[in-house]
Amino acid sequence: MKTIVGLEIHVQLATATKLFCGCSTDYRDDGPNTHCCPVCLGLPGSLPRLNRKAVEYGLLVAKALGMRVLEESEFARKNYFYPDLPKAYQITQYDKPLAVEGIIEIEDDEGHEKIVRITRVHLEEDPGRLVHVAGASKYSLVDYNRSGIPLLEIVTEPDMRSPQEARRFLNKLRTILEYLRVFDGDREGSLRVDANISLEGSERVEVKNISSYKGVEKALTFEVTRQKNLRRRGQTVTRETRHFMEGRGITTSARGKEEEHDYRYFPEPDLRPLRVTDWVAEIDLPELPAARKNRFMAQYGISPNHARTLTGDPKLADFYERVAPVDPALAATWVADTLLGELNYRDMSIAAVPADRIAELLGLLRAETITDRAGVQVLREMLDACAAGRPSERPAAIVKRENLGRTTGDDFSAIVRTVIASNPQAVEDYHAGRKGALNFLVGQVMKETRGRADPRELGRIVSECIEKGEV
Amino acid sequence: MAGTLDFSPDDRCNAFITTCREAPFSDGALAGVAVAVKDNISTAGIRTTCASRILEGYVPPYDAHVIELLRKEGAAIVGKTNMDEFGMGSTTETSAFGPTRNPVDPTRVPGGSSGGSAAALAAGLVPMALGTDTGGSIRCPAAFCGVVGLKPTYGRVSRYGLIAYANSLEQIGPMARTVEDVSRLMSVIAKYDPRDSTMLDRPYDHRPSADIAGLRVGVPEEYFGEGVDPRVAETVRDAIGVLEELGASTVPVSIPGMRYALAAYYVICTGEASSNLARFDGVRYGPAVDIRKSWHDAYQEIRQANFGAEVRRRVMLGTFALSAGYAGRYYAKALGARQKIRQDFERALRDADVIAGPTMPTVAFRLGEKTDPLSLYLADILTAPANLAGIPAISVPCGRVDGLPVGFQLMGRQFEDERVVDAAYAYEQEVRA
Repeated sequence: MKTIVGLEIHVQLATATKLFCGCSTDYRDDGPNTHCCPVCLGLPGSLPRLNRKAVEYGLLVAKALGMRVLEESEFARKNYFYPDLPKAYQITQYDKPLAVEGIIEIEDDEGHEKIVRITRVHLEEDPGRLVHVAGASKYSLVDYNRSGIPLLEIVTEPDMRSPQEARRFLNKLRTILEYLRVFDGDREGSLRVDANISLEGSERVEVKNISSYKGVEKALTFEVTRQKNLRRRGQTVTRETRHFMEGRGITTSARGKEEEHDYRYFPEPDLRPLRVTDWVAEIDLPELPAARKNRFMAQYGISPNHARTLTGDPKLADFYERVAPVDPALAATWVADTLLGELNYRDMSIAAVPADRIAELLGLLRAETITDRAGVQVLREMLDACAAGRPSERPAAIVKRENLGRTTGDDFSAIVRTVIASNPQAVEDYHAGRKGALNFLVGQVMKETRGRADPRELGRIVSECIEKGEV
Repeated sequence: MAGTLDFSPDDRCNAFITTCREAPFSDGALAGVAVAVKDNISTAGIRTTCASRILEGYVPPYDAHVIELLRKEGAAIVGKTNMDEFGMGSTTETSAFGPTRNPVDPTRVPGGSSGGSAAALAAGLVPMALGTDTGGSIRCPAAFCGVVGLKPTYGRVSRYGLIAYANSLEQIGPMARTVEDVSRLMSVIAKYDPRDSTMLDRPYDHRPSADIAGLRVGVPEEYFGEGVDPRVAETVRDAIGVLEELGASTVPVSIPGMRYALAAYYVICTGEASSNLARFDGVRYGPAVDIRKSWHDAYQEIRQANFGAEVRRRVMLGTFALSAGYAGRYYAKALGARQKIRQDFERALRDADVIAGPTMPTVAFRLGEKTDPLSLYLADILTAPANLAGIPAISVPCGRVDGLPVGFQLMGRQFEDERVVDAAYAYEQEVRA
């Protein structure tokens, strides 16, 4: 059974002010209803005035996705009653969106490149937010700080074939938006998704308002199972809107009122039509993820996998480019594998890591002043300091303090001899040609030396000792 | 010479909803001049009701752009005038604060919806007033009360702070007892405001001139046809004759799209109104919602109880006209008709510099005379076309029928407000002399 997925993504554009007024969009640390004015409160008599920057951001995305910008686009009113919507209509775009017909390339489930078509992008305003006070069931509160935040709605064709493809699509889209610097993914609720999903030959279901990347894959996976089960039992899938319950990982039918909406769209009489095709030529696109990945492979000679990982986040890519001069290959391994793993483990952002210190660490590794294992230990100490908000010590200082300097195998000859002497069975196994025996012996030595020696070098020394019978 | 104006009018016509007993003023072109403001224009610190119960207790935290300009030029805002609820009517009888009476004959309506402003002028309570005109709401009461009123070109006066009824049609405009005062007030309020995106930067800075020699006056047959009281038509033809004596020439013109004008007007204005008035749900304005009910039940109840019958009728008409399956048949058609009327006026105004006709088909109705909505809607036939076309239109008194004032309407090309003011001024100066 073929699965068919299409997405509508609402992205908060990272403009300094709201879409139709001068209120600041940065209300994260402020109390409710502190970033409001007559316009975003929808007070009688107020009028919208379009934020030029939001249009430019929208066009930037349109250009990056190869879209056609309409000669004339138009704002429209979407009329519906809801307590978070102060004018009882949302100013959005309806039959004349900003731009149409774009593409995003992703990998399908077999690892092949595939194209997801973008139907349209359009600008609209975010409504306010309802706050349900714990214990007070009789009323809700409304916070209008979010009211009027510019949203870009991005609509895809039903081109995805699995929940995993949908996740990869969203990751790709997010990366592009971050490269364009029009979007702040760290902001709560900055990306919200409505997903349409159907099994071939069945009605489609819309899952509304999923507010995380992981949520999209989870909600869609749940829907695939639910819809397949219905079909298996001989029941039909009904066309409906469903809500995703993030906490329980399930979707539930929205039934009733929400599906009967007639939004009575009509052109917004308070705004003039937009004629911005001329602006497009003046927009300079930054280097996008695909181009940067190719450049990384060519310029630094690193593997496609490392290049993909490193360019998946513009901040990570910038970081890599700052430390790459030490040794591009070494830097790629350390940043893409070791550092990223340590950051994920600590739930830390790359932004908190001082690139100059990491470059120093890479320098020590490149000069073989310390072993890889000691390098990891130094890195962990540095990250722990960053996570605690302390300035990180210089790697060389940590090496000195912890006595992590690399020691040559000859300094350990006594330990090697003791280990060989006290493990006659392993020596016998070694002579019998069992590869594991050498690893075991090296491991024992490593344990005794606390990782200050290079395991490869130790291997050579241990086998020489046994061969020579120097015990 | 800044100071405070004491204002305690003998308001026996119920022209005001709110009066400001001590109205502060400052220096400027209108220093100390008492200006009455229609109660759908936002005034910081002074309640603004739109003559509706649904806005009970609402005191705007900000001034409309025109109010900022008035204050800057020293005007004393002395009160907020009565009107048809949300501007929906031609009689000022749909106000939640009771009807306004016509000072010329208290058994008659003052016209509407800016009836309070016109009555305050006619009763001599103020020398200047602001009205708003969506389909004739400045010109109709000006005609019925025997004062002057100008509906400016769409986009000439900022709508910022005007509580919207039908955004694409309405303008704030000046009203006074003389054309000269209308022009003075217009000079103050017609200044660019970037907050109104439908505005153009075309400030009005003009002193009226009575020299109209060579002016071509278009006379459209449709303005003198069926439904127009022949005595009103005759009075207006005489007024056109006065313009000819002053050196103007007349040319017959035609606005064939007129027969669609009312239908188009009522579909567009009710459609926009149904959206504009949706925000009045009891959550932020008006009497409190009963929070024990679900929110949509509460909304329904509060809107049912606090909007008047005419507002509810227009909201329902507009909701219907924009509904899926009907929008193409009504709203889209109305926009098409509007385009046609606009083109008709453009064509007519190539042959003529101004177009002249009666403002209203009749003189002022008796209070309570018009009970069926349709006959009231028909009374807008001569005024609504200028709103659909976005052109300037002025009404100036031109005599009486049955002792009641008749309005002489002059319309012009977009952004040629000065020209219609001059034509009206020339007429006024001539008949006054």
